[in-house]
Amino acid sequence: MLTRRSWIGWQFTGPFLAVFALVFLAPIGYSAYLSLFRTRLVGGTAFVGLENYTKALSDPQFWDALSRVVIFLAVQVPIMLFLALLIALAIDSGRLYGAAFFRISVFLPYAVPAVVAALMWGFMYGTRIGLVGNLNEAFGVTLPDPLSPDLILTSIGNIVTWEFVGYNMIILYSGLRVVDTALYEAAAIDGAGQFRIIRAIKLPALRGPLVVATIFSIVGSFQLFNEPQILDTLAPNSITTYFTPNVYAYQLSFAGQQINYSATIALVMGVLTMVVAYLFQRRSLKGVA
Amino acid sequence: MSVATPIRPAARRPAAAGSRKPRRRSLTLTIVTAFVLIYSLLPLAWLLISATKTQDGLFSSFGLWFAGDFALFDNIADTFAYQDGIFARWLLNTLLYVVVGAGGATLLAALAGYGLAKFDFAGRRVVFALVLSGIAVPPTALAVPTFLMFAKLGLTDTAWAVIIPTLVSPFGLYLMWTYATEAVPNEILESARVDGAGEFKTFFSLALPLLAPGIVTVLLFNTVMTWNNFFLPLIMLKDSDLFPLTVGLYSWSEQATTVGGEVVFNLVITGSLLTIVPLIVAFLLLQRYWQSGLAAGSVKQ
Repeated sequence: MLTRRSWIGWQFTGPFLAVFALVFLAPIGYSAYLSLFRTRLVGGTAFVGLENYTKALSDPQFWDALSRVVIFLAVQVPIMLFLALLIALAIDSGRLYGAAFFRISVFLPYAVPAVVAALMWGFMYGTRIGLVGNLNEAFGVTLPDPLSPDLILTSIGNIVTWEFVGYNMIILYSGLRVVDTALYEAAAIDGAGQFRIIRAIKLPALRGPLVVATIFSIVGSFQLFNEPQILDTLAPNSITTYFTPNVYAYQLSFAGQQINYSATIALVMGVLTMVVAYLFQRRSLKGVA
Repeated sequence: MSVATPIRPAARRPAAAGSRKPRRRSLTLTIVTAFVLIYSLLPLAWLLISATKTQDGLFSSFGLWFAGDFALFDNIADTFAYQDGIFARWLLNTLLYVVVGAGGATLLAALAGYGLAKFDFAGRRVVFALVLSGIAVPPTALAVPTFLMFAKLGLTDTAWAVIIPTLVSPFGLYLMWTYATEAVPNEILESARVDGAGEFKTFFSLALPLLAPGIVTVLLFNTVMTWNNFFLPLIMLKDSDLFPLTVGLYSWSEQATTVGGEVVFNLVITGSLLTIVPLIVAFLLLQRYWQSGLAAGSVKQ
């Protein structure tokens, strides 16, 4: 009986595992293999050991790309999560008119593809057909151009915030929904005000959901690709070919034909993303069951 | 991710919540929060209004109000007519990728989630560890490696290059596993076995209906991910006849930057609107499902 069941279990999971091996394990393995070679104009492809990795470490373009996403992570993510937290607390407080409408509307941008979000905001940022142009005209001023090289990262930060603030709000809101309301009533009887209840009950309850939201934001920042790649069609001079590590890996594969080095960059970033996310999770959940 | 908490089939606040006294509503708080509401909805309003304008109207009128002529239907007709009606082709491609890719991913996740939840078999723990680590791998990090491998196999620039990678959703599997564990009682399966029903027959006739709400949730998120997918098709496809909507819109927008390329901002804007309408409708109709899905703590961005 047990052996038959054992065989049945594999039959159910087998199809998934076969595709998983093909699109998760094999590409990672193949990239690791590619990263050990290099194709030269003269002499063809040769085994170079870890040379591609040492090259990445001393590649100013890679460092430029990496430092840009680190800055993005350090600035955009806290702003977005703080905003998401405020909305989640406001909706959960039960003191809003039309709370359900708020919840759905703020979440709605999550359903919008990054391509459309970036195009839409990119047009609005524009000085020709966009709102920035409208404002300049209406008030006779010259606002700074959001698509200029100096401001483009901030502008991307705004797009990403717009796309994901509602998504993070729902994660936090779901965390608040499972708090036993009897706790609030008990606290109120003890004379605790709203802000005291938030500090003493709600924020501690949100620790787990906040960690989850932060981890996905870390991944999103390190893997930033869609928004800069699409804005490149509207602001070609502001997005470099090494704007983010993913943009760089993409350009190396296509424009550069340097597939071995491209595989190395993709692999390094994948591992780096997982390690940072893992360390963050370990640190922040220390002492929590 | 191990920090995620499993969902219950009907994730709702305990019944005690119903007895909560309605609190005094605050106009001030509503107005302050309304700023965020405006922030969320304003770009969508801009898109809707802009889709009613001609190319000239876009340049000459204020962004948040209508231009003189109402050109929405002309724009929609032009969007479908431009370049021999390629937009309709992109729409059909997107539907194909969603039905086969997201649908297939949901089926594989349901089978495997059920298999992991209801059968004890050698290597089960290894499978589980593998899948959990799969959740932690960002899909964008896999795009370039998968492309390099598919290029070697000669699979790039085919529909399969987009469909096969979307067939696997480790998070979907995780969700189905937690769902199947709670929603399908072991006793039912035992009695079916006593009656001599085959395991797959039992799955399709008994377990599947019980799993339906979980399946809808996973299907919804897989659909959104496939519908919105950009990096993977961008890197895999050269033939514009195979593009999904996202890559197609990108290529129209890109035209403006190439020498001699036609500027078709009105079509990019109208095409964008047409691209998001089906998903927004789906989200509004299926609220219950995405809320319980997100309550599980994590859905990949």
